[in-house]
Formats: sequence, C-alpha cells, structure tokens
Amino acid sequence: MKYLMMICLDENQTTTLGEDDGAAMLAEYGVFAEEMAVRGVLQGGERLRPSADATTVKVRNGEVLLSDGPYAETKEQIGGYFLVDCANLDEAIEIAAKIPGARLGSIEVRPIWPM
Amino acid sequence: MTTTFEVEVTEIFHREWGRVVATLIRRVGDWDLAEDSAQEAFLLAVERWRRDGIPASPGGWLTATALNRAIDRLRRAAKGREKLRELAAMTPGQDAADPDESGIVDDRLRLIFTCCHPALSLEARVALTLRSLAGLTTGEIARAFLVADATMAKRLVRAKAKIAHTGIPYRVPPAHLLSERTSGVLAVIYLLFNEGYEASTGADLVRAGLCDEAIRLGRTLAELMPDEPEVLGLLALMLFHDARRAARADASGDLIPLDEQDRTRWNALGIFEAVGVLGTALRRGMPGPYQTQAAIAARHATAPDAASTDWIGIAGLYGELGRMTGSPVVELNRAVAVAMADGPDAGLRLVEALEESGALRDYHLLAATHADLLRRLGRRAEAAAAYRRAIDLAGNERERRFLTRRLAEVG
Repeated sequence: MKYLMMICLDENQTTTLGEDDGAAMLAEYGVFAEEMAVRGVLQGGERLRPSADATTVKVRNGEVLLSDGPYAETKEQIGGYFLVDCANLDEAIEIAAKIPGARLGSIEVRPIWPM
Repeated sequence: MTTTFEVEVTEIFHREWGRVVATLIRRVGDWDLAEDSAQEAFLLAVERWRRDGIPASPGGWLTATALNRAIDRLRRAAKGREKLRELAAMTPGQDAADPDESGIVDDRLRLIFTCCHPALSLEARVALTLRSLAGLTTGEIARAFLVADATMAKRLVRAKAKIAHTGIPYRVPPAHLLSERTSGVLAVIYLLFNEGYEASTGADLVRAGLCDEAIRLGRTLAELMPDEPEVLGLLALMLFHDARRAARADASGDLIPLDEQDRTRWNALGIFEAVGVLGTALRRGMPGPYQTQAAIAARHATAPDAASTDWIGIAGLYGELGRMTGSPVVELNRAVAVAMADGPDAGLRLVEALEESGALRDYHLLAATHADLLRRLGRRAEAAAAYRRAIDLAGNERERRFLTRRLAEVG
C-alpha cells in the first residue's frame, strides 16, 4: 500500500521557532528520512513553501478557476509530505507518528488511489 | 408460538453468525460478499434442517454452505474470476494473508479487532461490530441508535469502504499493539452495554437488547482471550450491572437509587456468575480498570442490604481506580464512598476540592453530590442552591425529576 503523509502545521508556529530549535527539528527530519530510507518504505518527500505561495486550482463547468492561497482557511497548513509504501494502515500510522511534525501539528495520511 | 426447532436455530444463529462471517471475510476478502453469503446460508439452513434435522456440526455446515455460495457468486461476476484463482492457490487452513499475527487463530478475533480499529470512527466501530460480528440487521442497529435506516446503511458502507481502501489489516494486532487495541475493543463493547443500560428502564426493548449483545460479545471475547484478565473484568462488570437491571426503575420509569432498590429483585444467579468470573480474573494478579470497577460492583451486589455495604473497601477501590485512570469522575465516586464510610464531612472535603479544581464544572452529578452531602449535614439552604445548580445542568428529564424531588425535601 502507498500512503501520502501530509505534515500540517500552524505556519506562525514554525516561523517563530528559534534558530536552535529550527535547526534541531531539521536534523530530526534528517534522521527520520534516513531511518525510513533504510527501512525501504520511503518513496519521496519534500518540504513545501508556505501557504502564502500556494495556488488552488479548481475546474467548474470546464473552466479553470485559480485562487491565491491554500485550499482552506484553517489554522494548519500543509508544510510538507512523505510518500510511503508500507504493509498496511497500522504501519503507516506508526510511521506517521514518528514524523517530528506530528508533535507540533498533525499528519494527514491518505492512501494513494491506484489508477 | 415458537417451536423448539426455532429456538434452537435462533441460538445457533447467535452463536455461529460471527464465526461464519469472520471465516468468509478471510477466505474471500470481501465483507459484503461474506455477509450476504452467510445470510443465504442461514436461510437455507432453516429450510434444510427443518426437513433433515440439525447437523452434528451446524457451524461447519453453515461455513461450508456460505463459502460455496460466495464462490458461486464470484464465478458469476467477471471480476470474481481472478479472485477465485487466488482462493484456489490458498491451501485450506493456512493463512497467507497475515504471516505476522500474534499466534491466535480464531477468525472472530480478527473480525472484532478489525471492526474496532481506531482509524474508524467510534460510531462506525459500534455499528460494524453489531452487524458483522453479532449479526444484527442494519434496521435493528438503526433503531438501537435512533437513526434512520438509510443513515445507518450509509455508515456501514462507508466503514467497510474505509477498511478496504486504506489497508486496515484483517488480523489480530501484533504483540506491541495488542494491549492498546484490546482496550479499544473493550471500550466498544462497554459502550454498547451502556447504550442499552441507559435505555433499559423504559419500554425501549430494542435498545435494552444491546445489553444482551454486549454480554454475548464479552463472553465470546473471554472465550477467545482467556489470558486477558481485563476481558474477564469487563464481562464481570457487565454481569453485575445486568443482574440489577430489573430493580433500577419504578413502574413509571423513574430511577431508584442503589440504597433504595429491592434487592430481592436482583438476579442472584447473575451475581453468582459475575463473582466467579471476577475471581478468575483477579487470580491472575494483573489488576486493571475493568476488574477494579467490577470489584466495586461486587461489593454492592453482594451486600445483603444497603446498610451493610463495605464502604471502606469501596472507597479504597475507587482510590486505586483513580490512580489507574486519573479520572475526576472516579474521584467524585470516591468522595461518595468516603462520605458513606467516614461521614458526610469527610466526603464534603473531597467534593469541595474537586469543585476548586474546576475539572467537572458542568457535570450535574458533582453539584448533585455536593447538594446531597450538604442535605445530610443539615445545611438546607446551601443544599437547595446546589440542587438548583444540578437541575440546571442535568441532561435528561428523569434525572431532573429525581433532583426536583430532593429539592422539595430541603426546601
């Protein structure tokens, strides 16, 4: 099974993170990514630019609609993702819980819909 | 008039439904197909058995018949052919699906752990457990939870889709998840029981039937997980409550407090069984919240009259339970027990500490308990004020009536 793990955080919280804390968290992400790569479950993962740089695309009645900003006006925004291929949802939950951002915000886990 | 045959078949249905469905899900991997085929097998059984008699192993007959039905259906559906090849490749009795399960093989356990998976909403867990494991119809479950049939049907469809799409494994969780997931299963069963128990004073027999389903599930789980004392603890707890069911309300449906209940209406046989189950659990020497709650229920259920209740023992048990759960509601119960053991003054001190902590600010039973202790201390004006607060906070009419009666006594 493939799962997308979306790292959702309050952006204000991360920009006000001190330099030391920020660096420590980055290092933790490095450790996590390395561990999962060794385990062979990691298919990809990137940090995303803040939601202010987001564009939401919609198509209605054949017309492409763009809006500036994230898809929803919630406090938490997607700040990154990992694409993971593992045995089942239990393993996916276990991996998601190890993402450092799970402690600050939440991770949305979505199974990839095979087409 | 129900015949012996019908009684026996109903009994077999209750006993075997979960097992048949659970095995079929493992073999065919499709919940709806498993349930539909099980349904067909049961209908066929009524017809055949009436004519030929009940076979020696009704469970085996039902599983084999349901499996044949499922294979027939797959054969007819184009997309089922590939599935059939997979089935043929599986050696009977061997479990290719999950090599990492924790060594317990009864399919019903796989089913209950899957139904109670924490990635499903609590509502979905409850509904699935009743449909797939207990064999209630969608309509029966809808009536038990006071929602429209269509709403419940949608809930079940969504839950099964989520299991299929998100890769919720059909297995008994591995050792490192087992204890946490077992607590989750117990919570679902206890929730079922309480849904039924709260309704069981009225004429609502469908909801009251949930108590019987919960106890039946508790018995199944106890049979399947004999080494888990908390499973036995929950079963004992439900049996104790259930034994007092008939005496809990008067003719008009008003609640009767424990100390005013007619103890001759308690089910002595039920209490006897509960004491035995709890004893087996406690001998394991692995205490837990359900065992402790059952131990408290046991002190009440075995007291010959209200006056001889072992309140000192009960207060101690609530203390233990509070350390296990950290729950302020448990602390409130401890206050009640302490008031009975050491007098209303001692209880009042604990209640006031709880009120200062603010943890149960909007909980009507905190105000009601406070009022009750003040009443017993003869502080009538303060008691009346606390009763009024409790009446404002109370959630249902029955409780408001009870509190209003008390208010009148101090007013």
